[in-house]
Amino acid sequence: MQGTGSAQDIIHSKERIAARRRKAIKRDLGMNWAVYVMAIPVIAYFFIFYYIPMGGIVMAFENFKVRKGILGSEWIWFENFLAFFRSVYFWRLIRNTILISIYGLVYSFPFPIIFALCLNEVRSTKFKKVTQTISYLPYFISIVVVVSILNDFCKSGGILTQIASLFGDNKGALISRPEWFRSLYIGSNIWQHLGYNSIIYISALASVDQELYEAAYIDGAGRWRQTWHVTLPGILPTIVILLIMRLGQMMNVGYEKTILMYSPATYETADIISSYVYRVGIQDADYSYSTAVSLFNSIINFIIIYVANRISRSLSDISLW
Amino acid sequence: MIKRTSGQKTFAIFNTIHLILLSFIFVIPIWHVAMGSISDPMKLSAATGLFFWPKGEATLGGYRLVLQNPTIITSYMNTFIYVVSATAFGTVLNILAAYVTSRKDLRYKSPIVFMIAFTMIFQGGLIPNYMLVRNLGWLNTRWAIIIPGAIWAYNVIIMRTSFQAIPDGLCEAARIDGAGHFRILTSIVLPVSKSIVAVVALFYGIQHWNAWFNAAIYLKDRKLFPLQLTLREIVLLSTEQSIIADADGQDVMIYRPLIKYATIMVSIVPMMMVYPFVQKYFVTGVMIGSIKG
Repeated sequence: MQGTGSAQDIIHSKERIAARRRKAIKRDLGMNWAVYVMAIPVIAYFFIFYYIPMGGIVMAFENFKVRKGILGSEWIWFENFLAFFRSVYFWRLIRNTILISIYGLVYSFPFPIIFALCLNEVRSTKFKKVTQTISYLPYFISIVVVVSILNDFCKSGGILTQIASLFGDNKGALISRPEWFRSLYIGSNIWQHLGYNSIIYISALASVDQELYEAAYIDGAGRWRQTWHVTLPGILPTIVILLIMRLGQMMNVGYEKTILMYSPATYETADIISSYVYRVGIQDADYSYSTAVSLFNSIINFIIIYVANRISRSLSDISLW
Repeated sequence: MIKRTSGQKTFAIFNTIHLILLSFIFVIPIWHVAMGSISDPMKLSAATGLFFWPKGEATLGGYRLVLQNPTIITSYMNTFIYVVSATAFGTVLNILAAYVTSRKDLRYKSPIVFMIAFTMIFQGGLIPNYMLVRNLGWLNTRWAIIIPGAIWAYNVIIMRTSFQAIPDGLCEAARIDGAGHFRILTSIVLPVSKSIVAVVALFYGIQHWNAWFNAAIYLKDRKLFPLQLTLREIVLLSTEQSIIADADGQDVMIYRPLIKYATIMVSIVPMMMVYPFVQKYFVTGVMIGSIKG
């Protein structure tokens, strides 16, 4: 008897919960119907332009034929992936992607921090403002123009080719030589993004507590010691967060600039996974194979960001999620 | 203020010199192109190195050739159409998304937020996007440039962060006065969020002004090309037959470098004129993004 009583109680309370829920939903719709109306185009857009393409990834596991469609094409599971692993380009693409990423990180990550530190030492507000504004200039220029100018500088007789020949490199136009590709790619990236990437450090520096400097000064710390013991610890969280975010982009080297910059002469060092996906997928119309390559890239990327975040969390309590 | 020792003064001088040099490096490539674009075509085609001053007599001949060129005029118009319509569409949708996700009492808010934020971590990628545009029948149409990529999760998040900072009291008071959500959005939220709307519109606008890749994969018809794609054809692929044909017939190869520089200038001058005024909004955008990021 006791049992049925409590069972009834449960049924009752379940009903009550359900009723309360219905009431809450009704209240929510009554109050917020207009918000849901606004949400319709947003949800529709994200569904169509982000989630349908995500679903389209299944063609990585198919022998996709355009006239048969995604549902009608033959399933070949991991065949495309295996074909990629066996491909003669596999190691070259992995190597180029990782190297350009690591070099890019090592060379371009410190510059905005150093630039911000230098600007922080400037006393004239006007000089600071002007320098900062000039430093954003390259950010507003399109990749097409940046690569155009780079080409112009690196053709035979271009200024960079001339400078290289001053140092004894006389083998001609830098732009068509594989051994120069990474330096040019990363160098022009630094040029374009240095100012913009420093914004975040400049404002992190501005928020460092001024009293700490005075305390350090009273303790006898000079400018260098102040920078080392006050400024750097003050912006360390910012540096770590941005570093994790950069690591997350490790395998995500953008194809746009590579496609504009490279040529068959420089594929040896220039061709990366994403530019290969573009060539095989769009130019040769091998859709399912290139989707598989691209999915492989995304998965590796996801693993890297996860691991980087884990490491950072265990070392320093700073985490993206 | 803390007094400076002589060592610090030396450091300050070096620091200033180094920053001036750096500014010079930021500017010189643009300067080089600007000088090239007003050079004498004969001297220019033989010139090497960096151009500090125009080669030969300064002339606006290059600009005349470029601005009379129908391909460039058409692509300029196209870029204008793409930038205005994609930015308007993206910004409106972005405002709606930010308003929806910034409501505090919305029962089904978290799935909507998740749906938007997840697209920052994972996306379908190049080929599935291409297949979508193809299946929509948008290949070789303006829709392919305007609609896909019109809204990014990142911009939704920064606008949402800013909307969330609006005091509840403002919206509550309007509710009590009987205002609906559309009224609250247009007469309370938007007027106090002008600068963040400007930031987001700028992010979209500059992105669309500089975009070329979608146009390169979706468009075949030259009449639909945006400026950046035409620029790529002229400068990087050197397929400027159409341009050379316009250049008064004889000895046209000689004009190639001049046309290259003048075309680049024509494409960046609007941006150069606008950016000093908009850069402070950009800084705001980066800052809000970094708080939530």
